[in-house]
Amino acid sequence: MFDFHPRLKQRFAALRTGAEFFSLRYVCESGQHLSVRKNVAEPPSLNRDEGAMLTVRVNGVEAYAATNDLSQAGLQAALERAEQHARQLKPHALLDLREQAVSSDRADYFSPHFDQAFPPLSDCYQLLGDESAAVPQDERLVNWQASIGLTQVEQIYLNSAGAELRQAQRFIYPALDVTAFDGNDSQTRTLGRENFGQQGGFDVISRCGLIGAGPKIADQALQLLMAPNTPQGPRDLLLMPDQMMLQIHESIGHPLELDRILGDERNYAGTSFVKASDFGHLQYGSSLLNVTFDPDIPEELASYSHDDDGSAASKQFLIREGLLLRPLGGALSQFRAGLDGVANSRACGWNRPPIDRMANLNIEPGDQSLEQLIQGIERGVLMRTNRSWSIDDARNKFQFGCEWGQLIENGELKGVVKNPNYRGISAQFWKSLRAVGDASTSQVLGTPNCGKGEPNQVIRVGHASPACVFSNVDVFGGDA
Amino acid sequence: MSTVNNQARAFKALVDWLRDALREPEQFTLGYAAESSAFVRFNHGKVRQAGQVQQANVSFKLIDDGRHADLQITLSGDPEADVQRLSEGLQQLRETLPLLPRDPYLLLNHNHWQSNNVQDHPLPDTEQAVAEITRAAEGLDLVGFYAAGPISRGFASSSGAFGWHQANSFNFDFSLFHENGQAVKASYAGHEWSSDGFARRFEQAREQLEFLGRPLRTLPPGEYRAYLAPAALEEIMGMLSWGGFSAQAIASKQSPLQKFYAGEAHFSPNVWLTEQVSGSLSPAFSDEGYPRDDLGLIAKGTANARLINSRSAAEYGLAANGASRYEYPTALDMQGGQLEQKYILEELGTGLYISNLWYLNYSDQPAARLTGMTRFATFWVENGQIQAPVSTMRFDDSVYSLLGSQLEALTRERELLLSASTYSQRATASMLLPGALVKRLTLTL
Ligand SMILES: [Zn+2]
Repeated sequence: MFDFHPRLKQRFAALRTGAEFFSLRYVCESGQHLSVRKNVAEPPSLNRDEGAMLTVRVNGVEAYAATNDLSQAGLQAALERAEQHARQLKPHALLDLREQAVSSDRADYFSPHFDQAFPPLSDCYQLLGDESAAVPQDERLVNWQASIGLTQVEQIYLNSAGAELRQAQRFIYPALDVTAFDGNDSQTRTLGRENFGQQGGFDVISRCGLIGAGPKIADQALQLLMAPNTPQGPRDLLLMPDQMMLQIHESIGHPLELDRILGDERNYAGTSFVKASDFGHLQYGSSLLNVTFDPDIPEELASYSHDDDGSAASKQFLIREGLLLRPLGGALSQFRAGLDGVANSRACGWNRPPIDRMANLNIEPGDQSLEQLIQGIERGVLMRTNRSWSIDDARNKFQFGCEWGQLIENGELKGVVKNPNYRGISAQFWKSLRAVGDASTSQVLGTPNCGKGEPNQVIRVGHASPACVFSNVDVFGGDA
Repeated sequence: MSTVNNQARAFKALVDWLRDALREPEQFTLGYAAESSAFVRFNHGKVRQAGQVQQANVSFKLIDDGRHADLQITLSGDPEADVQRLSEGLQQLRETLPLLPRDPYLLLNHNHWQSNNVQDHPLPDTEQAVAEITRAAEGLDLVGFYAAGPISRGFASSSGAFGWHQANSFNFDFSLFHENGQAVKASYAGHEWSSDGFARRFEQAREQLEFLGRPLRTLPPGEYRAYLAPAALEEIMGMLSWGGFSAQAIASKQSPLQKFYAGEAHFSPNVWLTEQVSGSLSPAFSDEGYPRDDLGLIAKGTANARLINSRSAAEYGLAANGASRYEYPTALDMQGGQLEQKYILEELGTGLYISNLWYLNYSDQPAARLTGMTRFATFWVENGQIQAPVSTMRFDDSVYSLLGSQLEALTRERELLLSASTYSQRATASMLLPGALVKRLTLTL
C-alpha cells in the first residue's frame, strides 16, 4: 500500500516553480469486472491506471496539468505547463484566489476491511456461476446476468503548504438482473447494479443479498410480466430506499451543488432552481425532512476524511426539519459565494480537476416501521428499484420510473403492478413528504455513475435513506 | 507531449515487443488510445477553470486455448517503463487465464487488415482561441467549454492486423444566457479554427438570443405541432443508440427497438438511417479489431442491419460487422427530406420550435416511449412567426409516433453534430441529422 509514496514525496520536494502555491494529486486505480451471462462466464475486464494532476496558483490564478508521466522530468514538465497556462490566462480569469486559504492537513484514510484480501477470481466466478445457474428454466426468462465489479484506489495529495493526505479505498458493486419476455412485453428485475455499491470487501456481497438471489429475482421478473400496468392518477406514494436514493440524488443533491448555483454548469449539467440567497430561508420540504452530508458511514461509497482539495470532511445538516441550511459546495465555491458548505470538492481520477460533487447525501431516519408506513396509506402505491430518470436542467420538473410497483389499499399491501412511473416538481414534492421510515427501513446505497462537469466526470456517490411516504403524487404506467 | 509520429512508433514498438514475448499458441489483440488536450471552462464570459491533460493507455487481450481476458493499462510515455508495464500485464493475464473456463463465444478476426488515417491540421493556439472567445463574449453572459488537441487510436493483433487513426480537433461548446435565464446553445468545432468562421457562428447564436428577451410563454400540458431541430433529434437518436441497434440487446429483449426489429412497429417511410463510418471522424476499426462496415440500419422506415460485435456473432450465429464492445453506433447519418430550411417556420405554422432536448429516458422501453425536457431556445410560433420563448416543458411520446405516424417532414439541410463528450477521453462520435417537423408532440408537465 502507498508503495509509490516515498518516491513521490522525493520528486515533489524536488519540483521547481515560480508559483505561490502548488499541489500534486496522485491516483493509482486498479479494478476488475467479472460477469456470468446465461451461465457463460464473460472474459474478465481488468484495469490498472496511474497518473498525477499538478495544480498551480500564480498571482491568484489557478491552472492544472495532468500527466501520465510520473518521472521527475514528467512531473516538472506538467508543473511548468500548468504554470504557463495560469500566466497566459491571467487577463481572462474569472476568479482571484490570492486570499483563498489552502490545506496543510495530514491524514490517512482506509476503507473498512481494506487489509483483507478480496476472494480470488476463480471463487468470484464460482459464486456468479452458481447464481446464474439458480435462475430457473423457463422459456420466458430470456436473459440473466450476475456480476461483481471491484475498484481499488490509492490517492496521495501533497501541496506546497505541507499537506499530506493518503487514502486507500476499495469499492464493490454486486449485481444480478433477469429479463422476462412473453412475446410482447419484456420486464427486467434487478438487484444491485447502479443502485448498490459500497466500500469494503466480501462483506458487501453478503450485505447486498446477491447470494441466493437468482430464483427470487427471476420470480419477480415473471410476476411483473403478468402484472397489470400501474393505474393513472393521484395516489400516495411509498418509495423504498432503492428509489429514494435517486429521488434524493436528482431533486436534492444536484440542485444544492453550489457550482451549479454559481452558474458553472449552465452549459452542460444545468443550473438550479435554488438561489444562493435561499440558504437559511427556504422551506425545502415538510418538517419531517432532514438531509445530511455524511462522510462518516464507513461502508458508504463517498466516505472519506478529506476531499480532493484537501478540506477535512465532517457531517453537516443541509436541510433540517425541512429548512434549507447549507449547499453542497467545497472550499472554492464557499470562497466564491461567501457561504458555509461541505468538503465535497472531488475529481473522478488523476486526469480531471476537482469540482463540487454530491459525495454521501442521506436522509435521516424517522420513527415509523414499514408496517406503520403502509398502514397509514389509504390509496397508494409502493415503488422500488429505479430504472428511469429524467429532470429539467434547473432540477425541478421530474419524471422517474421504477421496476417494481405494488398497490396499497386501506393500509394493506396488494397486487404487483408493472411500469410504475411518477412525476412532480422538486420545489413542491418534498413538501408532500408525509411519513419517514425508521432505521429498520433504511439502507446504505450508492452509485458509481453520477455524471457532471466540463471536461465530463463520472463519480461515485452514496445515498442512505429510509422508506418515505409522499401524499397525492401523479402516478402512471406504461403502454403495453 | 510526444509528437504523433512518436506515438505511432512507440505503439509499434510495444506491438513488436509483445509479438516476441508471446509463447505459442498464445495470441493477443492490443488497442491504443491517447490524447493531449487543452481544456478551458468559461463562466460569465471569463475563464473559470483551465488546464491540460496528457494521457495514453493500451487495451490488452491475451488469448490462450479458448480462454481470454482483457487488461487496460495506462502508459507513461517512457518506452522502457511502458514495456515494463506491458510485461507485468502479460504476467497478470497469464496467471488469470487458467482460472477461467473456455469461452464458447470467443471469435477472433484472423484477417491481417491494415488501416492508416492521419489528419494533422495545425491546431489553434489556446491563448489565441481564449482571447477571441472572451473578446466575442464581452458584455454577454457566456458559459462554455473549449477542448482541443490531438487524439490517437491504434489497434494491432498477433494475426498481423494493424490500424492507426489520428486527428487533431477542437470543440468549443457554449451557451449565451439572457438575463431572464433563457439561453441559446451553439458550438464551433472542427479541425481548422478560423477567426471569421468563429465570428459567424457566434453572431448566429447572438441573433437568436434577442428573441429570448421577449416575455416567457407558459404552455399547458397537451398536444402540439412541433419542429425538432437537428440538435434536438440528436438527443432522441442518442437515447436509441443505447441498445437500440445492438444485436445482443435485441436478442435479449432489452432493446428499445425490439418491436421494430421484430417487424411489429415501423417508422415513417421517409426515415433512412445509416451507421456511416467511412468519411466520419471515428476510427475505421472497432475496439476489438474488426474493420467497421457502413451499415444501413433503417431503410424506408423498416428494420435493416443491426450492430454485431464478435461475441454476438458467435452467440447468435450472425456475421460480425465491426460493432464495438457495446454495439453502440458512433457515426449515425439520417437522410434528409423535402422541407427547406427557409420554410420551417411557415410549415410549422402554429406550434413549438425546439432547438434542444435534454435528459431523455424511457417511460416504457418496449414501447419505445420516451420522456425528456426542452432546453435552450424553445419558441412558441404562431402563423409562421416566432412569438415568445417557452418555459421548460416535459414531453412523453413514443419514437414510433414522433418518427412514424406523426412525422410530417424532414429538412433537406442536415447538420453535422460533433460529440462534445469527454467522459474519460474526448469522443470521436458524430451524427449527421436533419430537423423533423412532427404533427403531434405530447407535453405532460
Ligand atoms: Zn448525478
